[in-house]
Amino acid sequence: MGAPVIAVDSVSKRFRLHHEKYSSLKERAIHGGRIPYEEFWALRDVSLEVFEGETVGIVGQNGSGKSTLLKCIAGILQPTKGEVRVRGQVAAMLDLGAGFQPELSGRDNVFLNGALLGLQRKEIERRFDEIVAFSELEQFIDNQVKFYSSGMYVRLGFAVAVSFEPDVLLVDEVLAVGDERFQAKCLERIKHLQDQGSTILFVSHAASVVRQICERAVVLESGKKVMEGTPGEAIRVFREQLVETELAVEMAAGTARGDGSGEDSELSRHQQAVLYGRTVAIRSVTVSHPGVGTRRYLLPGERLEVRVAYEMLRPVDDVVFGIAILNSRSDLVFASDTEILGERTTLPVGAGEVAFIFDSVPLLDGTYQLHLGIRSLDGGIMYDFRETKDYFEVMNPAKTLGEVAMPLRAELRPLIERSSEVASS
Amino acid sequence: MRETQGADLTGIFGKDSSQVGPDDGSRVALADRFGPSSQDRRPTRVVAARISLRQRLLELWRSRELLVVLVRTQLRIKYKGSVLGFMWSMLNPALVLIVYYVVFQIVLKNGIPYFAVFLFCGLLVWNLFSVAVQEATSIVVSNGGIVKKVAFPREILALASVGAAFVFFMLQSVVLVIFLVGFRYMPDFTYLPVLLLGLLVLLVFTAALGVFFSAVNVYLRDTRHLVEVVMLAWFWGVPIVYAYQGISTRLAQHHLAWMNWLLLADPITPVVLAFQRCIYAKVTVHSTLPPHALSPMLPPNGIGWYAAILGALLVASTALFLGALVVFGRLEGNFAEEL
Repeated sequence: MGAPVIAVDSVSKRFRLHHEKYSSLKERAIHGGRIPYEEFWALRDVSLEVFEGETVGIVGQNGSGKSTLLKCIAGILQPTKGEVRVRGQVAAMLDLGAGFQPELSGRDNVFLNGALLGLQRKEIERRFDEIVAFSELEQFIDNQVKFYSSGMYVRLGFAVAVSFEPDVLLVDEVLAVGDERFQAKCLERIKHLQDQGSTILFVSHAASVVRQICERAVVLESGKKVMEGTPGEAIRVFREQLVETELAVEMAAGTARGDGSGEDSELSRHQQAVLYGRTVAIRSVTVSHPGVGTRRYLLPGERLEVRVAYEMLRPVDDVVFGIAILNSRSDLVFASDTEILGERTTLPVGAGEVAFIFDSVPLLDGTYQLHLGIRSLDGGIMYDFRETKDYFEVMNPAKTLGEVAMPLRAELRPLIERSSEVASS
Repeated sequence: MRETQGADLTGIFGKDSSQVGPDDGSRVALADRFGPSSQDRRPTRVVAARISLRQRLLELWRSRELLVVLVRTQLRIKYKGSVLGFMWSMLNPALVLIVYYVVFQIVLKNGIPYFAVFLFCGLLVWNLFSVAVQEATSIVVSNGGIVKKVAFPREILALASVGAAFVFFMLQSVVLVIFLVGFRYMPDFTYLPVLLLGLLVLLVFTAALGVFFSAVNVYLRDTRHLVEVVMLAWFWGVPIVYAYQGISTRLAQHHLAWMNWLLLADPITPVVLAFQRCIYAKVTVHSTLPPHALSPMLPPNGIGWYAAILGALLVASTALFLGALVVFGRLEGNFAEEL
């Protein structure tokens, strides 16, 4: 492999957050030259090496320092400590069309943007027609850019940015903009650059894209590199972070609400049930699958068990336990209940457990929420419910995309007559 | 991008990618990629809190094509949408010239022959200096969009302002030449080398101030106004509407000859003197008004005197420019946050 193409050597970046901005001499003089600020470390001691021809993804939550890292590598920001070394020509696709001057025509902007990217004039001249063709702006190229729509803007910016084959390409969420066709075009172009041997560093929220094109991924959390590994592993760590944050937010919200009513915690739900004359209450939920332990996720097709411990406080004869699985966008993926499954509805007073057992979970990637509920047979009474508290995660080691693991095989049959014809002639 | 040399510039949209272009760019790239010592020839860019001055100058040199594009962009933006376009850029200096001519020659009756030519020499220098420094001061702030999103040596923006002002300088020079030919006015061409040296000093000094103030203005936004005011005062400190030698003679009468050096320490003054010596070319003149007294205009010293002062100033200005680059480099680190 030789020396790395990108070497990030213990880079830290400090931002100063000013409470008030004194950006004039007059104001500085008034405040005696002192400006109150808070320090914020966007990156802390991050090291990373990327080798020739590699495609590396950077994932992390908002504010984890992904974009700051990319900007440091691109040379837009200077690290406070540490050093970045990049070998070869770099193209940064951080914000397409950022260098455009609205007053100038599309044509002039192609030359300006190209020059900012480090292209030589004769090179841009040679590529000009192709750039225009790629952006599909033939009729508008001599119009002032200020009359362009945002889509046209991005198309032109992208066309210039990919108009040459850089040694190093830095991509930041570019694929999030534009319509689907444009996104596909972007991806295709990036894959082409991969084939040409470009080294690519890729920041994205889109797990599927990271999995699709990256060979390695890095997870950042609050400015620190928390892991580096295969894209699948990295995405899992990233998802765990997301789940943790979500839970933390929810718990914070719960305690905030609890201040008012004093009875919204996990424990008080049971007391609540007693107090308000509930008949059945959920005491706890256990999600278990082969993954729990060292591996905290499921592989597609593995077994999943959801055990709901309940307590019957009064005798009832119309109890139905329900389960629903929702994806990360809160769309319902699957729902069923003990009535559909033909279980009995009469249970004795006291504690018990319902186990929902999925022999095989036909899901691909994602974090899935479990909603559990206990209702009466006619649906008139909701005895108890528990939502957005339980999760399970599925990790797809293969490159297949989507949500459902569909059994699939392909049959490729070249026409025999034709091939024999070719062979004989 | 800071790297342009030895870059891979082969094919774009597939069909061209197999073609080995006749231009140097792609040949270097191919040699780089497949050559035995491929790794070492591609330029390595270092991003760190401190970048050496040598690295900075190297990157500036590599971005010279960008400078040309940025100068063209600034000129286009400035006069886009105005019917007369470049004519406007000539109107302002022309008006200033006419006003000063009327005030000093007709109203105040200074009696200097060919005063318009004398005035033109000084204004030519002054316009380049003041316009460039003022434009450069706000250039980084007004191009915040590019500075925040694209990596390139940002001091190029300030240099482009100097470049744009230089283009106007050349246009005004053409007008001056037409003027001289029209009035059959004969400059002293033996002093042309001194004029060119003066122009070089002017460009380096202007660039130094431009680079420095463009960075400072990001942090202290009223620098722009401060520069404007200082320029207003500075103008009267430079012998443009009055003759240097007139002041100098009077200082000598009061035994204050040493103060000449104070005047000459302002880099603009010797540059203006060099222009006046070459173009106006009259060391002493007889007043056009009675009693037609002899009045000294320019230092009577020979070409060596001018060259020595300008040479010293060139060294000083270059040092100042390098210093400005260092300061710019220190301040540049937080540009993206401050804008």
